[in-house]
Amino acid sequence: MSASRWGVDGLGVRYGGRAALDDVTFEVAARSVAAVVGGDGAGKTSLLRALAGTVRPSAGTVRRPDDRRIGYVSAGPGVWADLTVEENLDFAGRAYGLGAGRLRSRTAELLERTGLGEARGRLAGRLSGGMRQKLALAMALLHEPALLILDEPTTGVDPVSRVELWRLLAGAAAGGAAVALATTYLDEAERAATVLVLDQGRALLAGTPDEVLAAVPGRVVEAEARPQGVPAWRRGARWRAWSPDGSPLPGTTEVAMDLEDAVVVAQLAREQRSAA
Amino acid sequence: MSDLAVAHGASRRFGDLLAVDDVHLQVGAGEVVGLIGANGSGKTTLIRLLLGLLPPTAGQVRLFGEPPSRHTRARLGYVPQSLGLYDDLTVAENLAFSAGAFGVHDTAALQGDLAAVRDVLVHELPLGLRRRVAFAVALGHHPDLLVLDEPTSGVDPLQRARLWETIRASAEDGAGVLVSTHHMSEAEQCDRLLVLANGRVAAEGTMDEVVGGTRAVEVRTSRWEEAFTALDAAGLPVSLVGKALRVPGADREAVGRPLAGAGVDADLGIVPASFEEAFVVLAAGRAA
Repeated sequence: MSASRWGVDGLGVRYGGRAALDDVTFEVAARSVAAVVGGDGAGKTSLLRALAGTVRPSAGTVRRPDDRRIGYVSAGPGVWADLTVEENLDFAGRAYGLGAGRLRSRTAELLERTGLGEARGRLAGRLSGGMRQKLALAMALLHEPALLILDEPTTGVDPVSRVELWRLLAGAAAGGAAVALATTYLDEAERAATVLVLDQGRALLAGTPDEVLAAVPGRVVEAEARPQGVPAWRRGARWRAWSPDGSPLPGTTEVAMDLEDAVVVAQLAREQRSAA
Repeated sequence: MSDLAVAHGASRRFGDLLAVDDVHLQVGAGEVVGLIGANGSGKTTLIRLLLGLLPPTAGQVRLFGEPPSRHTRARLGYVPQSLGLYDDLTVAENLAFSAGAFGVHDTAALQGDLAAVRDVLVHELPLGLRRRVAFAVALGHHPDLLVLDEPTSGVDPLQRARLWETIRASAEDGAGVLVSTHHMSEAEQCDRLLVLANGRVAAEGTMDEVVGGTRAVEVRTSRWEEAFTALDAAGLPVSLVGKALRVPGADREAVGRPLAGAGVDADLGIVPASFEEAFVVLAAGRAA
């Protein structure tokens, strides 16, 4: 049997009269990390909640394991500030119905892996942002979920802690879990096996990072001054511009685009279409 | 033209903790300088020294050639991470309030997206627009120095590019810009970077100069799961990129040994480190 593939097909989510998601398809395979990318209000949280089963879809289907095989880390603190690190793990373990022996061994293992062993007696509210996120992730990993869902686990977390969080979730994928995470950072999405870029509740781009780049029409160029007559945007002290039909633009040089460029181009193209 | 902001051997001690330790920094007109550091690196304390919110315990801080004061504050635009807006006032009211505080009478008319939401309460706006309002407030008195704390965090790439267009336009008009951040997408927008670790300058220069000779070992194998587990167990800073693994700051042998021990066949290549990888190697080096 092939590895489990969880995900959503043609998903729609509405809150009252407002569509938060419209016809979105997203797949996350066992032993891999899939990223959902988008800015504030793009629909990332709605998608992850539908996948976790805490939001009812208005359209489409959701493929997910049963609740006891899901680990979910919501955006925000996700830990009980008034409990110690160990009490948080204990509480989460009981909620997942872990037996005393398994809870003890998993707690010891995760305290070691997250480097939280020395902080086991500290109140979660007194942890740094990075440590708090590691605790929230450890709580979601206690019962070795088949599907691990993380809503912006690295937002506000510094690069050193971010690398450690990625090591932990890569470890979960290496152990067989399917990992779905939301992020606003494109450089982070470039590490994922597959990427879904959401914009205003719709899929803007999807695929492996290489597939997403290959699907961008035309070419992206760089110049000292703002190129005229084509969509252009800032990148450091220089300008980037998009030649939709790939025709060369005078005074510019072609650059190898990255995901950041690809998303800017797709957003500009969408703006042009809706203005037309 | 002299520097707009200067820290000269600036230090700040809190009891036993030396939060900022002998830091030299200059921001000149027209340049965008990035101040990069992990939590606890001293970034926030250094910004507070530069803003004049905190005096240094050793060394000197100068803004526009003089010690920071109410007088220098009038030439400075600051956007904190929390944006510093009044959420229960409208966009126009926020701008009017700030203009009043800075004694500005010739306020520029709101343009484009912001004009359309001038009478909307700030807390009702999406984050991207709130950030644009915070910029408009900070720029209203035409400051000579802009200090921005993670100015584009949380917004999508197109909004980010447009925020940078505003920042760059200020720099081209002659303002100096100091950006405090730990996001790689913001660091790469700066002309020059100052990397802080444990209160000290760990590296300085353009992004390429900061990455310098830092390399990573790239591991390609059909069995990435086993390779990852072996490298992780060996205590190496291994990361997953797609289905390849990367180990920054390590050499080929240190990576090859645990793989051989686990019986995993893999192709190892030496590649330049990413900026984030170089940053983590620098931060670990300073902590050691």
